[in-house]
Amino acid sequence: MNRTSIAVALGAAAGVAVPWIITNDYYVNLASQILIYALLALSLNLLLGYGGMVSLGHAAFLGLTGYSTILLVLAGYDQLTTAILSVVFSTACGALFGVLALRASGIGFLMITLALGQIVWGVAYRANALTGGDNGITLPARPAPFGIDINPAWSFYYFTLIVFAIALFCIWRLTRSPFGAALCGTRDQPRRMSMLGHNVWMVQWLTFVIASFWGSISGMLYIYYNLFMSPHAISLQQSAEALLMAILGGASTLSGPIVGAAIITIVKNVVSTYIERWNTLLGVIFVVVIMFMPYGLVPGCMQLWRRLGNRTKGGKPAAPGTAAEPAA
Amino acid sequence: MQFWIVQTLNSVSFGGLLFLLSSGFSLAFGLMRIPNLAHGAFFMLGAYFGATVVYIGGDFWLAALAAGVGVGIVGIALERFILRPLAGNIQGQVLVTLGISFIIADVCLLVWTGDPWTVPAPPSLRRPLLVAGFAFPTYRLVVVVIALVAAVALYFLMERTRLGAMIRAGVDDMEMARGVGIPVSLLFTVVFLLGAVLAGAAGAFGGPMLNAYPGLDADMLPLALIVVILGGAGSLLGAFVGSFVVGFLYNFGIALFPDLAYFILFLPMVLVLVFMPQGLFGRTLP
Repeated sequence: MNRTSIAVALGAAAGVAVPWIITNDYYVNLASQILIYALLALSLNLLLGYGGMVSLGHAAFLGLTGYSTILLVLAGYDQLTTAILSVVFSTACGALFGVLALRASGIGFLMITLALGQIVWGVAYRANALTGGDNGITLPARPAPFGIDINPAWSFYYFTLIVFAIALFCIWRLTRSPFGAALCGTRDQPRRMSMLGHNVWMVQWLTFVIASFWGSISGMLYIYYNLFMSPHAISLQQSAEALLMAILGGASTLSGPIVGAAIITIVKNVVSTYIERWNTLLGVIFVVVIMFMPYGLVPGCMQLWRRLGNRTKGGKPAAPGTAAEPAA
Repeated sequence: MQFWIVQTLNSVSFGGLLFLLSSGFSLAFGLMRIPNLAHGAFFMLGAYFGATVVYIGGDFWLAALAAGVGVGIVGIALERFILRPLAGNIQGQVLVTLGISFIIADVCLLVWTGDPWTVPAPPSLRRPLLVAGFAFPTYRLVVVVIALVAAVALYFLMERTRLGAMIRAGVDDMEMARGVGIPVSLLFTVVFLLGAVLAGAAGAFGGPMLNAYPGLDADMLPLALIVVILGGAGSLLGAFVGSFVVGFLYNFGIALFPDLAYFILFLPMVLVLVFMPQGLFGRTLP
């Protein structure tokens, strides 16, 4: 059993044990929130960390799924049909957004995703008749998958945990697949990749679609958790928070966005109970992380761990390239 | 008829305001290769500075000057102390400007509270201008004139002065510009300052039209981005044409289909991206 599988087993055990260790509903709900944002950050990280594409419009998928879920339920569809249709709709929008954003690369991509995200926000904000504008709209009830009531905090937590575990497994498989390798290739050496016969555009576009699919799934969890959607949930701040989660944790790793989501969500909840200046703090964390911790916490800590390990083993030099490898 | 004339004037004046906002944004983007995502926050800060000066009894034109200078100082500080240490890390620079914009927006909320600040137009310009039986809001006409003057001045700066020639050289080929001895890093500061001053002054001029309110930054930033996506980065002409296109679409969008004003902006952006991804007047950036 290697170190990765031990970490996975520990993580899974901790995830399952959360409602037993902390019985307070508030903290169980906080754990659900962390998983929802972790999934959002993970899906964004497919673009950011593995594809090298910085998207500033990822919260749009929260909104597209959330609003369409509410509107379909209000229109009389049952919950299962609604869930499928809204995720399909949101992913289809993602496919269209991907076509547009991938007309440019690098900073152009960032600007177009930002503009697209703001357009979704602007429509949500202004289209009062449909979205309730600034006041938002409410989902009448959570669904009951297979007849199980997911209204209690612990029960919703397990629902979220199961969806999250499936998503994490799929994303992990994807990053370890030939497709994931091709994606990293298009990030590092797009010209060589197209020389080798890979369709760089198609790899990037498919990644965008996959990222918007998992973003939509996290949007589904988001709307079931909050039962309420307003333009504030899909503002630029939200997209930037998701990006910060991935960067803070370490965009080159799979576990980084989860760590980042946990830290940001906890800090946000703790700070918001004491002061109203969350946005200032968000900005400051942004600046500090980018200026002083560009590779994030997980790679930084792993480097430290390795260095400490080497010192105790008598200074065996670290194998070259291990630092850059997407690990754990 | 009156509706169409007034809306057309509103569109032109809003386009003029957008030009003041996005010309500096576009030039800095063309030269430094980074879109300054704090530009919307600069605009909002300018609006609040201007409103404050007017409220404490200052003259409107003094307010616009103060807003330009004040925001210019913020811009220089941002460029020198935050962007400069990150030179070469374009992605980091862009994200840092976003972080700064959150800080500015939140500080504005703290200082000027959540209630909107209405800014009166200067007293001499409050009376509508009557031409051929139609009443025109004088202030909006003056904003159009200011934007045109700024456009001409920027044109001369870019095309007829040594500084402008150096900026154009930097936009076209930075390596070569450095090679022939142009102090490109000094130009970065100058252009960034120019953009900040223009954004701040635009905010002050926008005060009587838009008011100063929390969220003004998030309203204006996407418009500036779309102007640059349409017009092309680093192109003054592109910023000019893009501003008026966006001004018309946004204003008529709000007047005719208030629910879908943002969505209407989406279409020209899609068309330009599909057929001319580098923008109408832009060059492909490396």
